[in-house]
Amino acid sequence: MPVLELRKLSKHFGAIEALVGIDLALEAGEILGLMGDNGAGKSTLVKIIAGNFRPSAGDVLIEGRPVHFHRPIEARDAGIEVVYQDLALCDNLTASANIFLGREQRRRVGPFQLLNEGAMHARARELFVELKSETRPADLVKSMSGGQRQAVAIARTRLSQAKIVLMDEPTAAISVRQVAEVLDLVRRLRDQGMAVLLISHRMPDVFAVADRVAVLRRGHKVADKPARMSSPEEVTGLITGAIRAA
Amino acid sequence: MTVERTDNKPVGLTDSQTPVPIGGQKAWVRILSAQSSWVTVAVAATCVAMSIAYPRAFGTEENFFNITRNFSFIAIMALGETLVILTGGIDLSVGSTMGVAGVVLGLAMSHGVSFWASAAAAILAGAVIGLVNGWLVSYLRLSAFVVTLGTLSIGRSLALAISNNKMFYEFGPDQRLLLELGGGATRGVANSVWILLILAVLLGCALKFTAWGRHIYAIGGNENAARLAGVAVDRVRLSVYMLCGALSAVAAILIVGWLGSVTNALGLTYELRVIASSVIGGVNLMGGEGGAYGTVIGSVLIEVIRNTLNMAGVDPYWQGTFVGLFIIFAVLLEKVRGLRLR
Repeated sequence: MPVLELRKLSKHFGAIEALVGIDLALEAGEILGLMGDNGAGKSTLVKIIAGNFRPSAGDVLIEGRPVHFHRPIEARDAGIEVVYQDLALCDNLTASANIFLGREQRRRVGPFQLLNEGAMHARARELFVELKSETRPADLVKSMSGGQRQAVAIARTRLSQAKIVLMDEPTAAISVRQVAEVLDLVRRLRDQGMAVLLISHRMPDVFAVADRVAVLRRGHKVADKPARMSSPEEVTGLITGAIRAA
Repeated sequence: MTVERTDNKPVGLTDSQTPVPIGGQKAWVRILSAQSSWVTVAVAATCVAMSIAYPRAFGTEENFFNITRNFSFIAIMALGETLVILTGGIDLSVGSTMGVAGVVLGLAMSHGVSFWASAAAAILAGAVIGLVNGWLVSYLRLSAFVVTLGTLSIGRSLALAISNNKMFYEFGPDQRLLLELGGGATRGVANSVWILLILAVLLGCALKFTAWGRHIYAIGGNENAARLAGVAVDRVRLSVYMLCGALSAVAAILIVGWLGSVTNALGLTYELRVIASSVIGGVNLMGGEGGAYGTVIGSVLIEVIRNTLNMAGVDPYWQGTFVGLFIIFAVLLEKVRGLRLR
């Protein structure tokens, strides 16, 4: 059974058809690269899965059960984690504080509920070891490289027992050397059995990690096939419309 | 730290045999780079210099008592202001809130209401003004600057209206308690200073050791990220404005006890000194940086400078210029530190 499934998903904003009858399935331990031009509907799709938008028609299913999210936090509780393009990190906090933001571990001291900093640092360190990242829990995010910041955002998705990670343009704003680092992180998420939906403009990055590629054009899904059976050339054609469907 | 890429090592893998300092940055580096540390040095240096220059006037117990009492009222308000600024907001209405709270206290006590009931009413009045500020800023998403500029005006006018422009100096049966609390001393230190210290320690701990404090910094750092992470941004922000209003009221009660009277001009223009204390103490107006200790030491510095200028015989008309220069200097210092970090 796919861990995430979209059935006949549509979304319109007034007269604008952002998504039309999208069917998509994502298995555990799989990286699906989702591509498309600006305005093809990628962000809308992600926002529906992440609970920011509600679909106009169609269903989102998680492990076979239909879900209806009203707020992003509900999607997270259902096991969907999102790595946002701008990473949504607080620069002024430490890596560990960012990972635990909104779900801090606490301990009772007399009548007070205090932060359990030691436990959070320890868990954050484990997560970074798991991701083979050199990031240190007590470092401030503002002093980190682009790759380390990605590691923090990605480590956050490992905190809960999330099943699905949505990554919105994770390699858009970082240097070439760090891209390799981030792609390694994405592979590690897959190796740990998570389903990864990777949204990207950067064709080489997608083909470097994705098991399967899907292409959106003007709200329609025009391709969905194993990455090894496609090519950057074909996808470019699909994105621009030079190739109708594949 | 740079990592050499070798064939058998994945990118970004740190050598697990290399011990990594647990605190990330070493503690002394953090302390040295904090603005509050430099302000502390400035305060200490000024005090030493003044004690040598004016041993009979400055280094006396009486002057110490005066300085500490004088800054305690401002510092208590500045603690609340710091919370607001940490979330990326600002509260310009603290002076007017003090005025309203003072008038409420004076009115109640002059009608024979007990001190504790009157003080509760004053703190409630402060919290209500904070509630209005916080609600407008959090839930209607209005600019904190404009909203609190509005309540600055409303509060001052309320103080006039409630007091009917009368001065209160008869405080009923509990008058002694009020005057003792605000003007008295315990173990040679003014009571208002003790209360400041207790509040500063409490707030400092809350900021550092509770999820509420962590969330205040998160909101100032990246409100959107905090929201996405499930932080109750609006509720935390509301609580911060209410606390700021309540602390202005606490300062009002103490200062009324010290002055022995209330006029509707109580706290007029205090917002400037309050914000200056926070900023000089290293609280970043953009939000997310600063703390309780810096706030207190910032208000100490302002008072020590004022005191120094008085003793050095500098025309009091020039005091504002010096305080203003220190504010600008504080912001400059922050800019320089920011550049170094990049």
